[in-house]
Amino acid sequence: MTDTRDELETRGPASGPPPLLRFVAAKVGGGVVSLFLVAVLGFFLFRVLPGDPARTMTRSTPVSAEQLAALRHRFGLDQPLYLQFRDFLLNLLHGDLGTSYIYNRPVAELIVERIGPTVLLVGTATVLAVLVGLWMGTRAAWRQGGAVDRWFTSVGLTLWSVPTFWLGLLLLMAFGVGVGPLPGLFPVAGMSSPDVPPGVVARVLDVAHHLVLPCLTLVAVIYAQFMMVMRTSLLEEMGAEYLTTARAKGLREDLVRRRHAVPNALLPTVTLIFLHLGLVVAGAITVETVFSWPGLGLLTYEALRVPDLPLLQGTFIVLAGSVIVMNVLAELIYRLLDPRVRDS
Amino acid sequence: MSAPPNPTGVTGRRVAALAEGWRVYRADRGGLFGLAVLLLVVGLALLAPVLTRSEGLDVTRVRGEPLRPPSATNWLGTDESGRSVLLLTWWGARMSLLVGLSAAALSMVIGTVVGLLAAHFGGWVATLLLRVTDFFLVLPALVLAIALSTVLSRGVFTIVLAIGVTSWPQTARLVRAQTLTVETRPYIERARALGGGHRHLLGKHVLPAVLPLVFATTTLTVASAIIAESTLSFLGLGDPSMISWGSMLKSAMDTGAVTAGAWWYLLPPGLGIAIVVLSFTLCGRALETVLNPRLRGTRR
Repeated sequence: MTDTRDELETRGPASGPPPLLRFVAAKVGGGVVSLFLVAVLGFFLFRVLPGDPARTMTRSTPVSAEQLAALRHRFGLDQPLYLQFRDFLLNLLHGDLGTSYIYNRPVAELIVERIGPTVLLVGTATVLAVLVGLWMGTRAAWRQGGAVDRWFTSVGLTLWSVPTFWLGLLLLMAFGVGVGPLPGLFPVAGMSSPDVPPGVVARVLDVAHHLVLPCLTLVAVIYAQFMMVMRTSLLEEMGAEYLTTARAKGLREDLVRRRHAVPNALLPTVTLIFLHLGLVVAGAITVETVFSWPGLGLLTYEALRVPDLPLLQGTFIVLAGSVIVMNVLAELIYRLLDPRVRDS
Repeated sequence: MSAPPNPTGVTGRRVAALAEGWRVYRADRGGLFGLAVLLLVVGLALLAPVLTRSEGLDVTRVRGEPLRPPSATNWLGTDESGRSVLLLTWWGARMSLLVGLSAAALSMVIGTVVGLLAAHFGGWVATLLLRVTDFFLVLPALVLAIALSTVLSRGVFTIVLAIGVTSWPQTARLVRAQTLTVETRPYIERARALGGGHRHLLGKHVLPAVLPLVFATTTLTVASAIIAESTLSFLGLGDPSMISWGSMLKSAMDTGAVTAGAWWYLLPPGLGIAIVVLSFTLCGRALETVLNPRLRGTRR
């Protein structure tokens, strides 16, 4: 069953002491360094770069010198920069992200409140986009140059060229507000209606009803990425000799595809899916803004309008940090999935 | 001595290579379509001050009714202050293209320099540069661009900077990989043996060999830079005094054009972005096919 090419590569030069353990340690260590760099970048962006954060935050409202001084004292801006940095790192380790300027509440608390809706939206959209993208990519590559391939590729490329928020606005207008005689089919804003009948089923259905449009927008824009990656990846496998062998054994075409070609093509795709997670997060910010979905993206938008620097710093660190953690996980999963290295 | 037809001269070889490249490019229908659309859009954008009158953009001087559907006088309807949407879209193209091209150029310069240095000098320089590149590759670019344009003063330059410094890592990785292959070729060794310094090697031999690939990638970067520009403007981070496709969509949302069902205000700027981005993507893919013979069969 194993193809010859894979076997050859397994017999490559044996590496030193427990390779898996060393690999995991290196990846996790690299991730920790990256997280630290995110924290440093967060401090630099929101404390050092603005020059005077207190003035930046109040640039749209007139304030007296005393109010500015009070604000500087409240955010610890009257201390030397190195002390600020030390306190910032220590607080971060304790999960303290400072106090929001607009909400006057701990940033960490606000983020914890908003993280659920974002995970729901981004999670659902990613799973759907991966399923749709992988299926379409496989279909397109298997009959390369055929009608299905051309159709899928052009639709995918076109949707990918569309700004996420614009597609959201269009869907909002067409299916939320309604055009002409067509009534609005879906809610235009938020995550739940105020007048939901009691009961778990009714509430879940209500949230699902609100989820349809934002989720559809996100899926439409990101599935093309996964489709193109899967298509290219599968095309590279298409000429492989093990497929000829499988066919020569008399396997049916869809078995050759399902059991031999697709698993091998999936390997590079998995890591790329996680690499593109940053794009999904970026899409979530605009989609949540368009549909007033009460998640981290909308929180970021509320924060940047003021701008509320501590809150922005918090969402920046959490969004960037989670993408980094996901990438480390992806590399570990890849290692576990790849039969060439799994057994060694 | 003599002009182009001489196939042995450097110029002759370059002309021949260009002609061959154009032959392959021409076979790509998508690439041709993208190129034609881009020439048209760029031409119209450049000619906007000649063909239209900019007074129509001034809120205080227009006399149209606000948010009117398309009519004989305003072919694409009017916006919330009674300005012609057609005129706004036309002038908006200038800003979107300018920001997209400048940001992509900045990203190209950073990416090429980092990639060249990381490949040419091994050791700790390469380790450090690669580490930084990987860090920025993973970091969500838009989130970083939002952060940058929030803390810096509002303006076109800030937007270009924010997009440019967040979109270079892919270019850097590509350039590094290409430089590594180029540097194994005998003529580099020969130049080194003849006493060529780093600057000579990189400038005269490596860079010219890497540049075509850089241009192909940059074409794709322009596409994502235009999307990024529209997103930043939509979030209200652009220059408030400038008209771009993103800022038009922002005012459409802020002034309730969406709930009023003003499709004529929403469609043109978005379609503009989509068409230009798609054209850049198609051109970039066609250029990649020219440079990478392996792709020739796979893309149609």
